[in-house]
Amino acid sequence: MDLDFSPEDLKFQAEVRRFLAEAYPAHLREKSERGEAFSKEDILGWQKVLAAKGWAAPSWPVQYGGTSWTPTQKYIWSEEQARADVLSIPPFGLNMLAPVLYTFGSEEQRERFLPDILAGNVWWCQGYSEPGSGSDLASLKTRAERITGDDGKEYYLVNGQKTWTTMAQFADWGFFLVRTDPTAKPQAGISFLLIDMKSPGVTVRPIITLEGGHEVNDVFLDNVKVPVENRVYEENKGWTCAKALLQHERSGIAGVAVSKRQLEKLRGMAATEASDVGGALIDDAFFRRKLAELEIDLTALEFTELRTLAGESSGEGPGPESSILKIKGTEIQQRLTELTLEAAGHYGAPHLLGLPHNAAAIGPVEARGAAGEYFNTRKTSIYGGSNEIQRNIIAKMVLGL
Amino acid sequence: MNFSFTEEQTLLRDSLASYLSDHYAFEQRRAAIKSAAGWRPQVWKAFAEDLGILGATFPEDVGGLGGGPTEQLVIMEELGKALVVEPYLATVVIAGGFLQRAKPAAAGDLLGRIVAGQATFAFAYAEPQGRYCWHDLATTARKDGAGYVLNGMKAVVVGAPWASHLIVTARTGGARRDQGGVSVFIVDAKAPGVAMREYPTVDGARAAEVSFENVKLGAEALIGPEGAALPLIEAVIDEATAAVCAEACGVLRRLHEGTVDYTKQRKQFGQPISQFQVLQHRMVDMFIAFEQSVSMTYMAHVRLVEAAAERAKAVSAAKVQIGRACRFVGQNAIQLHGGMGMTDEMAIGHYFKRATMIEAQFGNTDHHLARYEGLSFGKAA
Ligand SMILES: Cc1cc2nc3c(=O)[nH]c(=O)nc-3n(C[C@H](O)[C@H](O)[C@H](O)COP(=O)(O)OP(=O)(O)OC[C@H]3O[C@@H](n4cnc5c(N)ncnc54)[C@H](O)[C@@H]3O)c2cc1C
Repeated sequence: MDLDFSPEDLKFQAEVRRFLAEAYPAHLREKSERGEAFSKEDILGWQKVLAAKGWAAPSWPVQYGGTSWTPTQKYIWSEEQARADVLSIPPFGLNMLAPVLYTFGSEEQRERFLPDILAGNVWWCQGYSEPGSGSDLASLKTRAERITGDDGKEYYLVNGQKTWTTMAQFADWGFFLVRTDPTAKPQAGISFLLIDMKSPGVTVRPIITLEGGHEVNDVFLDNVKVPVENRVYEENKGWTCAKALLQHERSGIAGVAVSKRQLEKLRGMAATEASDVGGALIDDAFFRRKLAELEIDLTALEFTELRTLAGESSGEGPGPESSILKIKGTEIQQRLTELTLEAAGHYGAPHLLGLPHNAAAIGPVEARGAAGEYFNTRKTSIYGGSNEIQRNIIAKMVLGL
Repeated sequence: MNFSFTEEQTLLRDSLASYLSDHYAFEQRRAAIKSAAGWRPQVWKAFAEDLGILGATFPEDVGGLGGGPTEQLVIMEELGKALVVEPYLATVVIAGGFLQRAKPAAAGDLLGRIVAGQATFAFAYAEPQGRYCWHDLATTARKDGAGYVLNGMKAVVVGAPWASHLIVTARTGGARRDQGGVSVFIVDAKAPGVAMREYPTVDGARAAEVSFENVKLGAEALIGPEGAALPLIEAVIDEATAAVCAEACGVLRRLHEGTVDYTKQRKQFGQPISQFQVLQHRMVDMFIAFEQSVSMTYMAHVRLVEAAAERAKAVSAAKVQIGRACRFVGQNAIQLHGGMGMTDEMAIGHYFKRATMIEAQFGNTDHHLARYEGLSFGKAA
């Protein structure tokens, strides 16, 4: 057991720091400072910079454009990104679909799709959930029937509705779970399809979330023709791909580095906000203790993640234990937004959406949007397999109950 | 001992509830809060003329119905159930509270106008630097002949864009955090020198940053003793805090009931999700938090009439209970609705947002816990 960075690690850290300082575009930094949302072009633009450096997908196998970084280097990479407040690239293409493709896809599919994912040329969305199938994903009903097209080629004709599809409004392509065998047991009749979102019959309709943002959508699939070669892995074996992917989704969700950075910002905020008793909020015994507790929780999560990563590097792979990371990681993210809103005091109340982007903040800048963040972050214990479902997984798979 | 409501009180509750279910359904509210004005003066008119709730707690000599804390509790709980944004709290509870206690010369006239629905108030008490310390005041009212000149700035004044009058706390003497030197004034919202930067709040109301630049006030603007109004302010804020607890009871009831209903209808894994024991226990805990909030709200209202220290202790204890319940019940209502809980389209999220704002209104849980601690245990060694 040891935690020290080797001299090579320290050199790497310095290199990452320098790169992020030089390469991250100033206009993106200004946007975050103004509390403005990033556009599709902003996000893909930054990904292109990373891709040019060869760092867009550190965890992919080297042959597809990944790095051969050690777990320590990957750790440094996420720490430094959080520290530099650079935007985080949505996981759908890079961290969700890509592992499915390089694990289960055909050689052709890998060649066709991986380079564009890596380069940030294509935006992907995840079409799993349906109105009737959330936690019980395997009950999904979107139908895909084999047909022969007028051109004599084989297609799936897809009909159904997906929902909660994150940023489908930006998506060029989506990976979907569809039912190809309605007679089989639920998990056994599902296939994994890649669908061009510009296909006739695909309709995206916004869902506005409680804080007023537009990040999720309904996606309607109405007689959408999907070439059979867009199916990943075997017909009716889509659940195998989905399960593997969910585990990748869960381990990424701990968000330790970003939470550490948030905590640091919260400490800074508490040092400038006034307390009731005079002096700074950070000197208020109640608030201070809550910060200390949170810092301890975060340390426990960090070391649990490091242990998991160490296990992974010795070949054990992310197992059902990754559910621990999902539960604790999201609880900490939520707690951070709770305490930020508390620290904002009266200035939690102003609603940002009434204001033009360039308007001066109402109240202190650090308080801006605190309530919206708090409301929105409730999602983290719902998506990616709700925290109740994660507990069921640990109970069953780890404890054998 | 008696925790039941009189026939008149039940009638008051029923008529208000029935009006709100006809005129304040979720979609009607949504349209109103998105409109340019953000509220509905015709609802206010109905409160005054059809329902008589604006005078329910005032004495008969100003046109009121002679009710008291229990009537106020009943009204606030119903307003909470419908997420009413109109300024009942600031106008009736707060302005009414100041006017009835301090009895300035204009009190009779102003109370009469409140009862008739002709005057609406906002309470400008908090300042950016002061957090929940009501005597941390940088706003000053300098003596000027018989009157005063008001200068300063107030934070997040809820309902200010709708108000005909503002109640403003200001310093007539002493240093910024002194308990002495604090006074209260009534200010015409349109007076020269009053400026507002208006914005919507996350729970559907409207508020403003209000600044005062050399606003000239006559001697009659003063409510209560000059330079010694802090006890008055604390009494009114305690009563307002109790009223907000009652509102929270309405909000919590809807959060809890809405969640129970939803989980009975929503099916996953071939059964209503209400069948999962872990969710049953969660909803039981939500129910317990709600019931205890009702109990503490009653307790606080009963003790509003007691001496300052007892009253303050009771109100802070209730607010701690309510603040915790708002968080626990609110968060779990969203959680148990899954993705649906995250949508703007469903009412549940709007109750959650109001519950969240109630947590911090007139001091958050930490503030009231510290206040209670001080009153119950004395200063820590
Ligand atoms: C902001 C956001 C973004 C999302 N993005 C995407 C996306 O890009 N792509 C996609 O496919 N999906 C996405 N989702 C959907 C997400 O995966 C689902 O919301 C989630 O799986 C829960 O399903 P549900 O919403 O139908 O809730 P339900 O399954 O109806 O659950 C409701 C409640 O019941 C509980 N529950 C259900 N079953 C059990 C059980 N057996 N035991 C105990 N408790 C149980 C849940 O934990 C929850 O608290 C997103 C959701 C949100 C909120």
